[in-house]
Amino acid sequence: MSITFLFQNLVNALQWGSFYALIALGYSMVYSILMLFNFAHGDIFMIGAYIGLGVAMSLLALVGTGAAAILPGWAILVLTILISMFLTSFVGVFVERVGYRPLRNAPRASAAITGLMIGIILETGILIFLGAERLKFPQLIESTTYNLGGVFVTNKKIMIVLVSISLMLALHQFVKRTKYGMAMRAMAFDFAVVPLMGVPLNTIAAMTFGIGSALAAAAGILFGLAYPVLDPYMGVTFGWKAFVAAILGGRGSIMGACVAGFMLGFIEVMVVPLIMVVNKLFDMNIGSNLRDLIAYSIILVILIYRPHGLFGESYSSKLRL
Amino acid sequence: MEDNMTLSRKTRPIWRFFSGLPMLAWLLGGLVGALLEQTFGLTLANAMGLSKIPVLFGINTTFKVVASIIDSLRGGDVFLASELLDIPSALIYVLCIFVLPMGLFFKVAGKACNSLVRAMSHMPLIVTATLHLTIMFSVFHIWAGMSDYRLITLKLMLIAILITLSLNIINGYMGEFSCSHPGFMALGAYGASLFSVGLFVDDKVLGAPVFEWAQAYLTFPLALIFGGLIASLWALIIAIPSFKTRGDYLAIISLAFLFIVKSFFENVQAMGGPRGLSGQPDWATLPVVFLVVIAGVWIINNFVTSTMGKALNAVRDDESAAEAMTVDTRKTKMTAFLFGAFWAGVAGGLFAHVLRYVNPAMFGVQKLAEVLAMVYFGGLNSVTGSIIGAVSISVLGEALRPLGIFKWICIPLLLILVMIYRPTGLFAFRDFNIRSMFGPREEK
Repeated sequence: MSITFLFQNLVNALQWGSFYALIALGYSMVYSILMLFNFAHGDIFMIGAYIGLGVAMSLLALVGTGAAAILPGWAILVLTILISMFLTSFVGVFVERVGYRPLRNAPRASAAITGLMIGIILETGILIFLGAERLKFPQLIESTTYNLGGVFVTNKKIMIVLVSISLMLALHQFVKRTKYGMAMRAMAFDFAVVPLMGVPLNTIAAMTFGIGSALAAAAGILFGLAYPVLDPYMGVTFGWKAFVAAILGGRGSIMGACVAGFMLGFIEVMVVPLIMVVNKLFDMNIGSNLRDLIAYSIILVILIYRPHGLFGESYSSKLRL
Repeated sequence: MEDNMTLSRKTRPIWRFFSGLPMLAWLLGGLVGALLEQTFGLTLANAMGLSKIPVLFGINTTFKVVASIIDSLRGGDVFLASELLDIPSALIYVLCIFVLPMGLFFKVAGKACNSLVRAMSHMPLIVTATLHLTIMFSVFHIWAGMSDYRLITLKLMLIAILITLSLNIINGYMGEFSCSHPGFMALGAYGASLFSVGLFVDDKVLGAPVFEWAQAYLTFPLALIFGGLIASLWALIIAIPSFKTRGDYLAIISLAFLFIVKSFFENVQAMGGPRGLSGQPDWATLPVVFLVVIAGVWIINNFVTSTMGKALNAVRDDESAAEAMTVDTRKTKMTAFLFGAFWAGVAGGLFAHVLRYVNPAMFGVQKLAEVLAMVYFGGLNSVTGSIIGAVSISVLGEALRPLGIFKWICIPLLLILVMIYRPTGLFAFRDFNIRSMFGPREEK
């Protein structure tokens, strides 16, 4: 146990945190506008990863591989991320149109059920079309490892963290600076009155789903770069964890979702060295696979003391139910 | 609406005929069908060219044929046209064994059943209920006695009713959204298994039995209650912090709780770890499951129609108004939540003893989606809805089993359609009136 070990874990925590934060953003944005959770979001992340796989494969086939390639690897990667984000946003819009718009005035729990069911349909669809075997994500960029005073950092990890932070900043600029962003903020402020002022509710809602899905697709591709094995159920575990992160950040808070995503990654990664320290100090034998249990217990305790999350605001006793 | 109903009854004599039949006639008709199947089923099935009796009224057979067509289209084995003959054979089988005899029975004895029930309507409810339940049990017993597959399907279906009802207390009557039900089931399943396996069975994981007693099955109710109490004890962990605020808070806390429980059972090696516990004694026979589920439905129905249940509905509709009307909202919500958790634990204990094996992976998000589907398909705030939802989703799940993975397209699609056209479920907000259910049907 040394300081380099701590920093090594910190780097890993940043990487996991950026996946969680990108997915949690989708949950949080939809919640801020429609006051409901899009439970299909984890599976949209999975679909995004698969779309990214398809786009990357077809781009590679188009420009050739190896020395004969017309474009360098990073250019293909950027193109893959952009094209898949664009394509996946349509999946999000489709989910909104089919599962959420018909239920706009229904109890919110019913919309949660349709979201869950659409998620199951997406998983099964992938299983039917692509089979149960896991697919390998192509490695678009060469992996190099830098040694920064004993801490090993790969260029992929740096890229993942940088891309996700820049996407978050871009989202922030979009929400703060553009007319559509203003419409979204207004809608989050008052769901009932703002449509009366001429803001098209359906367009804004669909756009929110689209942006959230695009971010999830980016997370999916970055995940595919770091851990190049895709399976149809990867959205389930990831989605629920990111959902917990969105809650932890405060429902509807974009800033909160980012911070809590990084925090969840941090907690999950740091619990393992913590267990090692405890084992050494008290001469105990706690298994490191208690990670989930401890991570969720910490979150539970945080939520008990801050019921509305880190950046959430308390709201009146009754929402639309 | 009323005019419409009477009009359709006038125009459709078949509908009029069936709506005039009391519950007793349906049960006796089912008994006739089951007895016929027991006597002539195998002979008839062989005569029709089927290798064995169609297990689920021929639905399974039909979907098996559909599945092999799909399989051949996707490049699997070649589809044999002779398989198509299975569908009409199964149809004729169902017609000969169930539909025609039952129709004949209704025609002959329908009126007699109605007057019998009318004569019994002055007796205490317990007499009529016992009569109906006895006949229902005999139908189940004879029908499930034909194959082990039917037996386990029936048991799991009955358990699903109990789980759905206990979740409906929280999601329907209380109006919250709880995600922790698989967690409570897991606690109940492990609690009851610890009781039975730990005390009375020689097991690899839990060691030698504490007591040697031939009549140990008599303690099964204790095991179930123990499991239920453990579940409701742990439910306190969710209930204490989450009923301070309203909204989605419970949904999130309970979701975290579900993950914690699952992770806990995966990591405690003393209870089998991820491999789970096996070797539960074979105590959960059909009569036991039937009795426990009937008792559960009866008690839960009494709970939701009691003053406490009314208070619960008041809390759901408007918490501040309920408080102004002297309802102790916090106590009401806590009681209902712990009560729901208790029955989920009992159902989990039954589940463990029916399968005679539990592992933590059974109680994940998949199970949550299944239970939620049952509650929202059947209808919120309704005992009838819960029963119908649990029965139809489990029967549908079994019937579509031959389709394999396509099952997980069909059921979610159906549920989405139900949600879009009836957002609170098919039979939401209905009273469950046992007396009128078992009572006579008036001729229109």
